Amino acid sequence: MSALTTTDAPEHNPEPTPPTSESASASASANGKGAFTAAQLVAALPGAMRKLDPRQMWRNPVMFIVEIGAAYTTVLAIAEPFLGGAADSGGSSVPGSFTWGIALWLWLTVIFANLAEAVAEGRGKAQAESLRATRTSTTAARVTSYDAQGDPAATNAATAPVSSADLTLGDIVVAVAGDLIPGDGDIIWGIASVDESAITGESAPVIRESGGDRSAVTGGTRVLSDRIVIRITSKPGETFVDRMITLVEGASRQKTPNEIALNILLASLSIIFVVVALTLNPIAGYSDAAVSVPVLIALLVCLIPTTIGALLSAIGIAGMDRLVQRNVLAMSGRAVEAAGDVTTLLLDKTGTITYGNRRAAEFTALRGISLHTLIQAAAVSSLSDPTPEGKSIVDLAKEQGFTDSAAPTGEIVPFTAQTRMSGLDLADGSQIRKGAGSAVIAWIEQEQALGQGHPLPSSELDELEANIERISNAGGTPLVVATKAADGTGQILGVVYLKDIVKEGLRERFAELRSMGIRTVMITGDNPLTAKAIAAEAGVDDYLAEATPEDKLALIRKEQDGGNLVAMTGDGTNDAPALAQADVGVAMNTGTSAAKEAGNMVDLDSDPTKLIDIVRIGKQLLITRGALTTFSIANDVAKYFAIIPAMFAGVFPGLAMLNIMQLHSPASAILSAIIFNAIIIVVLIPLALRGVSYRALSASKILSRNILVYGLGGIVAPFIGIKLIDLVVSVIPGF
Amino acid sequence: MTILFGILQILTVALVIALIYRPLGDYMAHIFTTKKDLGVERGFYRIIGVDSSSGQAWRSYLRSVLVFSLVGVLLVYAIQRAQAVLPYSLGFPAIPEGLSFNTAISFVSNTNWQSYSPDVTMGYAVQILGLVVQNFVSAAVGIAVAVALIRGLALRSSGTIGNFWVDLTRATLRLLLPLAAASALILIIGGVIQNFAGFTTVTTLTGGSATIPGGPAASQEAIKLLGTNGGGFFNANSAHPFENPTAWTSLFQIVLMLAIPFSLPRTFGQMVGDKRQGNAIVAVMATIFTVSLAAMTWFETTTGGAATRLAGSAMEGKEDRFGIWGSTLFGSTSTLTSTGAVNAMHDSFTSLGGMMAMLNMMLGEIAPGGVGSGLYGLLVLAIVTVFIAGLLVGRTPEYLGKKIGPREIKLASIYILITPTLVLVGTALSFAIPAVREDVFGTSIWNPGLHGFSEVLYAFTSAANNNGSAFAGLTANTPWFNTALGIAMLFGRFLPIVFVLALAGSFAAQDRVPATAGTLPTHRPQFVGLLLGVSIIVTALTYFPVLALGPLAEGLH
Repeated sequence: MSALTTTDAPEHNPEPTPPTSESASASASANGKGAFTAAQLVAALPGAMRKLDPRQMWRNPVMFIVEIGAAYTTVLAIAEPFLGGAADSGGSSVPGSFTWGIALWLWLTVIFANLAEAVAEGRGKAQAESLRATRTSTTAARVTSYDAQGDPAATNAATAPVSSADLTLGDIVVAVAGDLIPGDGDIIWGIASVDESAITGESAPVIRESGGDRSAVTGGTRVLSDRIVIRITSKPGETFVDRMITLVEGASRQKTPNEIALNILLASLSIIFVVVALTLNPIAGYSDAAVSVPVLIALLVCLIPTTIGALLSAIGIAGMDRLVQRNVLAMSGRAVEAAGDVTTLLLDKTGTITYGNRRAAEFTALRGISLHTLIQAAAVSSLSDPTPEGKSIVDLAKEQGFTDSAAPTGEIVPFTAQTRMSGLDLADGSQIRKGAGSAVIAWIEQEQALGQGHPLPSSELDELEANIERISNAGGTPLVVATKAADGTGQILGVVYLKDIVKEGLRERFAELRSMGIRTVMITGDNPLTAKAIAAEAGVDDYLAEATPEDKLALIRKEQDGGNLVAMTGDGTNDAPALAQADVGVAMNTGTSAAKEAGNMVDLDSDPTKLIDIVRIGKQLLITRGALTTFSIANDVAKYFAIIPAMFAGVFPGLAMLNIMQLHSPASAILSAIIFNAIIIVVLIPLALRGVSYRALSASKILSRNILVYGLGGIVAPFIGIKLIDLVVSVIPGF
Repeated sequence: MTILFGILQILTVALVIALIYRPLGDYMAHIFTTKKDLGVERGFYRIIGVDSSSGQAWRSYLRSVLVFSLVGVLLVYAIQRAQAVLPYSLGFPAIPEGLSFNTAISFVSNTNWQSYSPDVTMGYAVQILGLVVQNFVSAAVGIAVAVALIRGLALRSSGTIGNFWVDLTRATLRLLLPLAAASALILIIGGVIQNFAGFTTVTTLTGGSATIPGGPAASQEAIKLLGTNGGGFFNANSAHPFENPTAWTSLFQIVLMLAIPFSLPRTFGQMVGDKRQGNAIVAVMATIFTVSLAAMTWFETTTGGAATRLAGSAMEGKEDRFGIWGSTLFGSTSTLTSTGAVNAMHDSFTSLGGMMAMLNMMLGEIAPGGVGSGLYGLLVLAIVTVFIAGLLVGRTPEYLGKKIGPREIKLASIYILITPTLVLVGTALSFAIPAVREDVFGTSIWNPGLHGFSEVLYAFTSAANNNGSAFAGLTANTPWFNTALGIAMLFGRFLPIVFVLALAGSFAAQDRVPATAGTLPTHRPQFVGLLLGVSIIVTALTYFPVLALGPLAEGLH
């Protein structure tokens, strides 16, 4: 991820920085295979050793117990020669090197656990390093006294050079082409193209402009053209990049509720086995079968759930990391966990279910209106409409003979979610509007209410309805075009058929989600008929038509009241309340800073389809945790059968019947169990980092499969593993 | 022939329990959900000042349980200490302090461990006023707590989990009293004695004299079994011909022990609105029961060589009228419920057969367990199972739509910690403290060697799990055992109840997450299997090392 660099060189760098997405995906595929190299291990080793500090270890109670055991055994091993050699245990003599062997492998157990965590963190660290480079302090031009009314562009205002680190909330700065944007903020004046590759890895510049949903800029990105005035919206040290760094580094990683719960369970299992170990010798003393301390510690370590205890935090870090690989930043681990629980997905139709660009396919004029008039009005009002829909109307109109040379100009009326119309106010006082049927009718009838114009004849309305319905039923979007003369007399001209193109393969993905127990709801501003047709074509479970941001929020609340967990994406400022309300709110990086603040994840690629991937990653994280817990606990069965007969076989030879693995000697059996216990951690590190494979199946099927692999496997694997290790250990003289 | 007869006995019990399951389970669901009070109940509520329509928050419910039980302990203690002045005391003196303490806790905690020999210690006044009353209400407390947990799982966003006084009253009046009365009648018909005759001295045929005890045995017997109490009217418990005269009364007693615990899962299914959930729980109980019974019977019937078997070695400590199969069926039932009644001496079972009795209790008595306590014990294990298995399907765990978060898993984990800690620490202390060790070896253990150790382990296992049966070779009426076992019984009963009620409160406060295709199904065989696995690995395996030092070492040679 070395590509994530932006130097503080003052001159504008015309060469786009190499796209990070490539390097990110390259490393993702390497990680995806779970092949972590020996080099990674070696690199993580110093970190693993540093983590041996008891002040850090005690956070992980299971491994802390192992560390105490390791330290104690080491002391014993050192003291033994002075105390007359290794003590007998349970009536069996043990070789002199036994205590050293146990001590060594206990230390290795702890180190392997730390290694898992260090390797997982290592990936984030590399990314954090490159992000830090973007944070390099720059000099910002701070406006000393900003006059929002008189001089919004701050052309005449005095500026003073200030270090970007000293900028604070509410400061106004000016950035020109070539400048690094000194901090997170909103553009309050101007428009500029900005290179955001340092954050997103996307090399193509993006347009940022004041007002609307594209006003947010991120510190560390570079202005490529023009001049903008920015209001800083973050405190020093709390910028987006700062947060990203702490996130990918795992520095501020807090345990998620489920992780806390699992830790509690593991801790109590450990406590039970501590009680078992502590009470064993008084009890065994009854039969003169008391075991030596190293054997007791070995028993304890084998029984407490070390495998999952060692890998738990690595699993969590790796889960966050998998999101980062897909260019999604989760603001908390809690959100990743919630993603696994999501039962309702709210998907915006446009861009997620259909390709963003609807294309005009047909003009239908109402009776009594010439097709030419309709085309003329539709095309004129679309000329300055930058949306793909607008462009497609002009294209279709040109195909049908429209020329823009003689087109009148006027004031553009942009589309808003409230009016659901856009249009043009011409210089002669007449107006053209195009938009949703109900909105346009309301627009015409609002004049009637004032006593002007004439009511729309019902035949006209019927004809319009018929056309709207026809187009909607076909899954298209009817765009009603109307004019209003200067005196307020409104007239509906006809309908433009905008065709929605549903993305391929979605039907299968939604079916998959359904089998996972996730309901998909399509959110669209379209009328109910259109929505229904597209919903049917795409295969979503439900739809919310003619949705305003308030409707969206209401829907989320309703779903949550029913106990559902809701995930959604959004980018606009008016999405912010819904994003905050949703359990998983993914803000698009292109969105406003309000949206990014409200969501608990940010998608740097701004690809709403990713929501589905996020859910999968959340589930995979939880499954990995469960799989290794099951495996770890199931392991106990075999370890009992290795250790118990070995512990007391000297006093009770009959217990040899329980030695079903036919292990060589008591000493070799106990050491083999300890070695298996340590090695299994290393063997499972790739699985912990990669996550167990997840397929979209019903819970019942997933459960059967995972129980078979990790439950039954967890019972069988150690029998084989311990036996094999014992074959090797038995060769060591003395064992 | 014995085998055929043995299997027939088992099938009879299975059939009767299967027939009872629905009507009794549904009836219990009815009495714990209906809004109507009986006239006599209304009168009672007025006296104790309880509004039967108002629920209690879990803390308040718990407080009621604890206060009620504390009063029970004090009363039973006082009655015993006052025995000398009570009528119908057959001339017995006041019961000593240590024994009174132990017995009071024993009966209030539904354990019915008897450090004494009732025939020569307790008069009718103590038996009826103290012990029989507790046989009823301690059982009712267990049922009430289980019902509170069920309500916690069934209710949505509720601050309350029912009213303890109502649950207690209804369990006693509408469930235990009528069933016990009817059962007592049947037992009397079967030959169990019911009189106030005191001791009758008769001259035997050979001219010697014999003292024959009498007493109201049948009335105590019925609730002893129905409420999974287990405290016998006579020292020999259900092996005594006056308590359990024939093979068929023995079968009837087995049915009584199993009736309520096996039917409560149905009540659970009814109350949470999904009977399949109850069926899954009962399937786990039945499976453990079957396997355990088969193992114990196997160990008892195949002991020693052919010659010892022919000589009837396995019949030591067993009654001829019950035989080996009748004894293992009773013994398994008694230790798998929290009854602790015996119709044969568990101390005389083979090492491994006796180990099965211990293992049954070590499982936490969940198959089917004591009245109420069996169900809540298994539900707590189900919560732990769901926690692990729920992760395996990629959701944060939930049971019946209730999320299992840090608080819930903390409560469930501590619940699971309690009993093994009591058993292991109690046993270890018996040998670790020099003075105690001396006393244990000098006074209590009559069977030196491994079996003596097994007896101590059995005693603490039985006390902490509120079973009450014993390896009778141990003399437990000593200061150490009366105190240590008393504490084990007290903590073994009421600490788990604290956490169960806290869980109930925590679940009740939650809303319910609707089930989807992505939810872990908890009614399918796969979940039954998982719950079995977790029950065995999490609870029973804890005891593997101590079992290896006692019965396993004894049995494998």
